Amino acid sequence: LAVALVAALLGLLAWRLTHEEGGEVRAALERGERPAAPEFTLPRLDADGELSLASLRGKPVIVNFWASWCAPCEDEAPLLEAAWREHRDEGLVVVGIDYDDFRTDARRFAEKNGMTYPLVYDRGGDMAKRYGLKGVPETFFVDREGRLVGEPVVGGIDAREELRERFEAGLAAILS
Amino acid sequence: MRLLAVALAGLALAAAAAASEERPTPADIEDEVLCPTCETTLDQSDSPIAQRMKTFIRARIAAGDTKTEIKAKLVDEFGERILASPPREGFNLLAWWLPIAAVVAGAVALALLTWRWSRTRASGDPEGSDPSSGPEGSDPAPDLDPELERRLDEELARFEA
Repeated sequence: LAVALVAALLGLLAWRLTHEEGGEVRAALERGERPAAPEFTLPRLDADGELSLASLRGKPVIVNFWASWCAPCEDEAPLLEAAWREHRDEGLVVVGIDYDDFRTDARRFAEKNGMTYPLVYDRGGDMAKRYGLKGVPETFFVDREGRLVGEPVVGGIDAREELRERFEAGLAAILS
Repeated sequence: MRLLAVALAGLALAAAAAASEERPTPADIEDEVLCPTCETTLDQSDSPIAQRMKTFIRARIAAGDTKTEIKAKLVDEFGERILASPPREGFNLLAWWLPIAAVVAGAVALALLTWRWSRTRASGDPEGSDPSSGPEGSDPAPDLDPELERRLDEELARFEA
């Protein structure tokens, strides 16, 4: 019985290590596939109520993870705001998911940086796990069918030319 | 006298715990709360969010919050994953009771095995055996048939002759 119990626990550990939450989404993106974007329903940071990804089906969506203590997040905020303003007539929605942060700090940050796109709050980091987040900032592109497309931008959008190009490519892919 | 010393030590510990709860120092909390981005306790981290959380803790201590209140506010912002030890309620109780249950189960299994082993040995050493019946005591020589004994004596006598 003891041997069976130890074997079961080791099996569980191995399964947990090989099936890390979010890992499958990242792996599918790296293979060039278009996996379904992990659904979320999160409380709004900038308004009352909640926002769900499902409610945005039919619209191209940029999902941007950020935090108020993250310097690159502050650098890229104007670019996200500009993209939202420029393409909102085409249906584009930018959703900022605040993560590992104090809500008061996040609201202050959003106000300071003039962020007018919808902001939600990932308390506990569950959504960050489901997207396989590597850190903040990180940006994903969701097409009108709710699938992730392109390569996520890991780091500030304007940190390097390569990341800027990746952002432009992802944006073009979901707007097409 | 020894009992009094134990009681006094217990009282001193209880008083220290109560003081830590009512008037915590930053260190009392920083080693019980994890930095969410680096997953070490706050006292081991200097990441931006850890520094911000330390500032928050100091501000709440200055405002007169208890340790429990401060930790509850941090959990409200970041979720239970920032607690270094899971709270003793619901499913989390497993984390506290499983190791204790495993130790108790191990002790019971060991006791049972020892009991069975001692019984097996006892059944191999039947009661009433006469220790003087042979050089090994527990392995007495069987009684010989008189006819066989007579023939054996004859053979031995012939051999010695």
